[in-house]
Amino acid sequence: MIELDRAGRSFKVKRNVVHAVRELSFTVSAGEFVGYLGPNGAGKSTTIKMLCGILTPTSGKVRVAGLDPSRRRTTLARRIGVVFGQRTTLWWDLPLADSFELIRHLYKVERAAFTARLGELTETLDLGGFLRTPVRQLSLGQRMRGDLAAALLHAPDVLVLDEPTIGLDVVSKAGIRDFLLRLNTERGVTVLLTTHDLGDIERLCRRVMLIDHGRLAFDGSLDDLMATAPGHASIEDVVTRLYTGPGTT
Amino acid sequence: MVRTYFLLLWTWTRAAAAYPVSFALMTLLGFVIAALDVAVILIIFANTTTLAGFSREEVLFLYGAASLSFTVCDTFVSNLDRVGQHIKAGTLDTVLIRPVSAWIQLTTDRFNATRVGRIVQAGLVLGYAVAELGIDGRRAWMIPVMVLTGIVIFASLWTIGGALQFALTEAPEVVNAFTYGSQQLSQYPLSVYGRDLVKGVTYVLPLAYVNWQPGLYALGRDDPFGTPEFMRFLGPAAALVLALLAALAWRQGVRHYRSTGS
Repeated sequence: MIELDRAGRSFKVKRNVVHAVRELSFTVSAGEFVGYLGPNGAGKSTTIKMLCGILTPTSGKVRVAGLDPSRRRTTLARRIGVVFGQRTTLWWDLPLADSFELIRHLYKVERAAFTARLGELTETLDLGGFLRTPVRQLSLGQRMRGDLAAALLHAPDVLVLDEPTIGLDVVSKAGIRDFLLRLNTERGVTVLLTTHDLGDIERLCRRVMLIDHGRLAFDGSLDDLMATAPGHASIEDVVTRLYTGPGTT
Repeated sequence: MVRTYFLLLWTWTRAAAAYPVSFALMTLLGFVIAALDVAVILIIFANTTTLAGFSREEVLFLYGAASLSFTVCDTFVSNLDRVGQHIKAGTLDTVLIRPVSAWIQLTTDRFNATRVGRIVQAGLVLGYAVAELGIDGRRAWMIPVMVLTGIVIFASLWTIGGALQFALTEAPEVVNAFTYGSQQLSQYPLSVYGRDLVKGVTYVLPLAYVNWQPGLYALGRDDPFGTPEFMRFLGPAAALVLALLAALAWRQGVRHYRSTGS
């Protein structure tokens, strides 16, 4: 479903070339739930943006749902859902329901399918209380639920989430996690998420990839990840070791 | 695509109409500000009977034609000059994840219907000039062609300006010099300007085809600079070439987008 083959992205900053991501290769199959970890500035967001076609890779190849994202961006957009935790994709001044209606047109979703899906999402994400509220007046937790619904109205096969639980309280976090887990297990939606919250990883991800300095430093199951540290280290310790220590792959 | 465009326009118009007093005042203000341009022309002609060989009505005709093209673009595509802001704020990311061209989403972003007042003003001036001049019926077909050509040329300039902002995020004003500057330039008969400038806007940046060359045809006049007759009809071709260049520049711009840190 997602394929990267020695993909790289560099930026020219003044006279220097900064490699945000270099020679990154991995494959995510349909139905997987993958956590994508890495310290700040490791290249997580750059990877995500290459997957959506926002950034054009400077080297290597990227394929999502069989398409080259940067060349087939608008076609791919119909097949993937994207959520940025730090930035809403909804229209700031419009009520949530109007944003959804606009999305229905932009993605050309049939009305019957749209109504059914929105009804379902309204129930599972508990959106009923604020559908008529302008997005700018929503709380962070409400907005994130709205963003999730918006990303799923066109029933994408792949969902890409960049820090979806950032800044949320424990209850909101739990709600989002349950929702994502059900989406993956019941609907078979492939999910790739970046996060700094290791609770997300423990609760959700069967597979973990860890990126550091733009390179893949670990790729394996959650158990494999835990086994990289001796004894009964907590996931925090394990990840700290990987972030700070020499490469342990 | 066209439906999507108007759907987005409608959505923003509804959002703006939530503040009806502000909406009405802005529309009126746009009309009044645009009327000041006409006042300048009228003041000039209070002191002279011709300007560079053109009568008051002829100048109003050229002004009205350029203004109509320009205000249509100013209303419907000028949002492209905010590309730089979207890049800096990181909001371009959210535009690029939608299955609709970024150009359409950005031109319609927070569409401001209050600028429609200026289109009305330009249309009235052009209509007045055409009526007063009694333009030859066999040449009148050039008028809609001229306005459409002008729209394509100005829209292309804005698109190129927007594309440039992917490279020059810090310099949106440079871009305004081309768009708003072009409008200022095309408000008067080109014969008021120097020969070199006119050559530049005839053979390099095709502003002469917004209203000057086709306008000369409609008015049944020879070019004071002596360009051959066939050049009166080159407008659509020039507009098409510029539009293709603009499309190419835009595509390159989007492909070289660097996004923000998070």
